[in-house]
Amino acid sequence: MPPAVVLVTGVSRWLGGALAAELARDPAVERVIGVDTVPPSADLLRSLGRTEFVRADIRNPLIGKVISTAAVDTVVHMNISSTPAGSGGRGPMKELNVIGTMQLLAACQSAPSVRRLVLKSTSAVYGASPRDPAVFTETMQARRVPSGGFAKDSLDIEGYVRSFSRRRPDVGVAVLRFTNFIGPRIDSVLTGFLRMPVVPTALGYDARVQLLHEADALGVLTRATTGDFAGTVNAGGTGTLLLSQVIRRLGRLQLPVPSPALGSLGRFTRRFGFVDYSPEQMRFLNFGRVVDTTRLRTEFGYTPRYTTEAALADYAQTVSPVVPSDLIGELAAGAEELVSRAGSVAATVGATVHGRLRPAPAAPGLRAVRDA
Amino acid sequence: MPEARVIQLRPDDESHVPPAAEPSWDEQVVGGVEFLRRRLTGEYATDEFGFDPDLTDHVLLPLLRPLFRRWFRVETHGIENVPTSGGALVVANHSGTVPVDALMTTVALHDDHPAQRRFRLLGADLVFDLPVVGEFARKFGATLACSEDAERLLCGDELVGVFPEGFKGIGKPFRDRYTLQRFGRGGFVTAALRTGKPIVPCAIVGAEEIYPMVGNARTVARLLGLPYFPITPTFPALGPLGLVPLPSKWLIAFGEPIETASYGPAAAEDPMLVFNLTDQVRETIQQSIYQLLLQRSSVFS
Repeated sequence: MPPAVVLVTGVSRWLGGALAAELARDPAVERVIGVDTVPPSADLLRSLGRTEFVRADIRNPLIGKVISTAAVDTVVHMNISSTPAGSGGRGPMKELNVIGTMQLLAACQSAPSVRRLVLKSTSAVYGASPRDPAVFTETMQARRVPSGGFAKDSLDIEGYVRSFSRRRPDVGVAVLRFTNFIGPRIDSVLTGFLRMPVVPTALGYDARVQLLHEADALGVLTRATTGDFAGTVNAGGTGTLLLSQVIRRLGRLQLPVPSPALGSLGRFTRRFGFVDYSPEQMRFLNFGRVVDTTRLRTEFGYTPRYTTEAALADYAQTVSPVVPSDLIGELAAGAEELVSRAGSVAATVGATVHGRLRPAPAAPGLRAVRDA
Repeated sequence: MPEARVIQLRPDDESHVPPAAEPSWDEQVVGGVEFLRRRLTGEYATDEFGFDPDLTDHVLLPLLRPLFRRWFRVETHGIENVPTSGGALVVANHSGTVPVDALMTTVALHDDHPAQRRFRLLGADLVFDLPVVGEFARKFGATLACSEDAERLLCGDELVGVFPEGFKGIGKPFRDRYTLQRFGRGGFVTAALRTGKPIVPCAIVGAEEIYPMVGNARTVARLLGLPYFPITPTFPALGPLGLVPLPSKWLIAFGEPIETASYGPAAAEDPMLVFNLTDQVRETIQQSIYQLLLQRSSVFS
């Protein structure tokens, strides 16, 4: 049964807006209500179609009124901030993430119309440490519980959502643990990080990176909203790349910095509003994280169209490389030609000299005939 | 007297295959340039464990080969006991202060096995915590020694290598060099039983003498967060010169595979069976070590 009234939080960001627009195009969905603290940009507003925008803070009890008066039956919670920069510091970020979710869940619990909840979570809940298994399945837990930042918030949020589903067993709860997003339009931590011409990484470590293309992220969210999957599922593209490989494929320059210095470099760059390196983001850059997506394909029923490699290639079209791969290719081709020319000259000279000294034996002319 | 010439006879219907010529120097340089281009543009594949076959084949294995062929003159026995395809768990003894034995076994299985098998090592978490070491361990095909990774690799039909002695093994004192230490908690047997893959016992002789560990500076080890800090006759007395391993003669022997599929995956929950199999593997390796020691006429020949 498709949802009748959908409430999407965090609609002013690209992914939330794209989901609302997608749902608004679906005639089976009666109403789409988008909620955010900031109004969407003019571009986004045009694409939203018949989505009704409510400027509200999910930390405010007002959200409960919106849910009950509109008789919302499906809530998609995407208003989780991954960077302190976007929400005015770590304090407000934590408040928005954790207190906001608690308020939203409280409102959902008291609204009998709600029968489905979709949470946009993250694979960061698995943490990143040298004690981790290489690939996480949904049943695994973090070996070293993330100590702070986005990962800790996400863990707390998942905890609240679990207790919500215990109190309201009639509500189908889908928790989507996404890997890092990438794509030409989405604005994620990783896209900002990789847009820098010189990318500082941890010296002596090379993280394994699994990416999910923005179109697939949207596809997974849409299916979770309109389908009936209940439970936790990892969402990521097929295949992995190493961080060094990602940087090279994008034609960026890699700057390995000793891990302790990377933290202070992160604080320095954050002051100028570039990219933030929270400690848990740093651990991710050291060790990386890969999730198993078997459940996504089988039980959930979605196969990502882009592999990690293809998603990165699509993103690469929008960044101009510092070191163009064509240039490297041309240089390599030039060098190869030069070498093979030198080689053939040397071979002719060598053959002449060699041939005079020791003539080559004649080709074997005799052939054995098999027994009749 | 006319010069005798050997003419190879071949049946009529068999097409003539010329023996593969050694690549000429210019082909080698072109290959090198092509490798550099791939590395700079990132156009190579890595797997979910961080294994980088391109780097392993073109840099890491060639670096280890002189050590394997010339320095330790490794002899491989019983390579036919390692299956040509499908998953298997190679269980070996561990010694030598630094895990060179794991690297040499990787070279042996790649170079001496007809199927050029890749050896996926399981390492302690400390390996992956260390900068540079952890990075290259993953690129070399290693991953964390935990049941999840072991089973995932075995199910992916990989040849998995495990050293159940762990740090107790490589950090064993020189006087105990040929004695196997306790074999962990039998986690490797559980992984093999759950996946139904055979266990191939492997005995390595020669690694014991490369860095004879006569002492252990416990205080320094604790300060550095290491399980032991070795003192050998040459290290740290001779400084960096003490890092050169002694050129002992190595023998690596693979024993007959121990089949586990017949027990069924439920057998992994039977601790008695797990203990018995662990002991069986340990005994087999210990016996094999004594046999290899008899074969080897002296430590350095």
